[in-house]
Amino acid sequence: MKVLVTVKRVVDPQVKVRVKSDGSGVETANIKMAMNPFCEIAVEQAVRMKEAGIVTEIVAVSIGVPQCQETLRTAMAMGADRGVLVETAVDVQPLGVAKVLKAIVEKESPRLVIMGKQGVDDDNNQSGQMLAALLNWPQGAFISAIAINGDHADCVREVDAGLEKLTLKLPAVVTADLRLNEPRYVTLPNIMKAKKKPLEIVKPEALGVDVTPRLKILKVREPPKRGAGVKVADVKELVAKLKNEAKVI
Amino acid sequence: MAVLVIAEHDGKQLKPGTANAVTAAGKMGSDIAVLVAGHQCAAAAEAAARLAGVKKILLCEAPHYEGLLAENLAALIEPLAAGYTHLVAPATGFGKNLMPRVAALLDVQQISDISAVESPDTFVRPIYAGNALATVQSGDRIKVVTVRATGFDAAGESAAAAPIEKISPATDAGLSKFNGQEVQKSDRPELTAARVIVSGGRGVGSAENFRLIEALADKLGAAVGASRAAVDSGFKPNEFQVGQTGKIVAPELYIAVGISGAIQHLAGMKDSKVIVAINKDAEAPIFAVANYWLVEDLFKAVPELTKEL
Repeated sequence: MKVLVTVKRVVDPQVKVRVKSDGSGVETANIKMAMNPFCEIAVEQAVRMKEAGIVTEIVAVSIGVPQCQETLRTAMAMGADRGVLVETAVDVQPLGVAKVLKAIVEKESPRLVIMGKQGVDDDNNQSGQMLAALLNWPQGAFISAIAINGDHADCVREVDAGLEKLTLKLPAVVTADLRLNEPRYVTLPNIMKAKKKPLEIVKPEALGVDVTPRLKILKVREPPKRGAGVKVADVKELVAKLKNEAKVI
Repeated sequence: MAVLVIAEHDGKQLKPGTANAVTAAGKMGSDIAVLVAGHQCAAAAEAAARLAGVKKILLCEAPHYEGLLAENLAALIEPLAAGYTHLVAPATGFGKNLMPRVAALLDVQQISDISAVESPDTFVRPIYAGNALATVQSGDRIKVVTVRATGFDAAGESAAAAPIEKISPATDAGLSKFNGQEVQKSDRPELTAARVIVSGGRGVGSAENFRLIEALADKLGAAVGASRAAVDSGFKPNEFQVGQTGKIVAPELYIAVGISGAIQHLAGMKDSKVIVAINKDAEAPIFAVANYWLVEDLFKAVPELTKEL
């Protein structure tokens, strides 16, 4: 079974971003970038399924600037077999991402697409569900377990009330939540090996997809700051403050 | 402006975020209908009919809506959408799963997790774990929006119930099957609706030690939460996670115990009215957002606090 995984290049989640002074966005120049953590989990899942003999080939796809090649090389160092970069300078929004991926899926014919549940930059949480809709495939969003049983995938989803069990008819799109697995660290030999793996570069226009953003970003600003707090010496003082000052208990 | 709110419910009752989504919908237009779709959910439709500002309820019942599968619900909503300018749902696990599927079927770019409505086509939404707020404008003919509950008050009750209209179901897409939920029963309030929350982090150390957190929570009539680290370590199941990719909460009082304060955790609780942090590490980043902080070993401070209250 062939699997497609998607990887997004984002600002390293450990970095606290700064809003640009002109309010046009957040500062991303000269800031450490990394693979979106949920995409790492998606890649890891595909690699584990290949190691278990369920998956025969893993194709990693990224959409964005030429530097996304590095993100694809990381995915290949983790175990993806080849990479496809859909290169564009446009900051592609989820609907555009889903349309690009649909075109790739139609070319590659995977049985399963594994994506991260959300990008930790835009926090949209849309692309996987949208891709499933455009393909008219079932979706397993926010999964914490997956087992392939013949022409079905049995999934466990993380939902607000707890866990939910779902059976999806293959082909399907699933999106990874945090507890699906713990991604491996890439090793130097694997990084070297990944450099020799094939990486194809295509443009959205060549796929016949219009990625022009639909949502206009009018401005980006800092959230209101919380006032400075006070340190309390002990539990007694804390209780007194909560009762008499904050009046919340 | 005609707005259709998609209700999240368990058949009998509405889930907390729905009433907040109705309030947000009221800022987009005054003609508000609520869709209650599910398997045997007439009671939930009656609850929705009593929400202030709602003009009409659309009730759709069919066995294949059990588990509120996105594939089947999206197929039901897509043809209904033509009659509306806005489709709105709470930005909960339910809305996050369903609405992008609806938006893509309509060829619309969804606006996720809004915290304010500036005008019927312009919305504010947190990005980068709440470290920035983006104001975005949609040019799509139908706006598909999910609503962050903490940004809007819950709609109250109206004296007169809105009329309930039954609509026929769409066919079963047959793509997916719901095999049940594993839900832990608890007498404590629901995280997203609680007035007070006591959350534990990695510092709590084990699932057993969470009893300390729970004892404090019970004394305060509070909900129990957990940081991602505590959930990843197996101290608490996933539904307790507060953070960027877990639940977003804004209670009157949030007590963070043994939580260092990673960016992704702060994203889920920094809009709480009063934040208390208890941590033995005097350098813990959580103190930067706390109104009151106590540098002390939680195993000493928490039992003492439970006793003092």
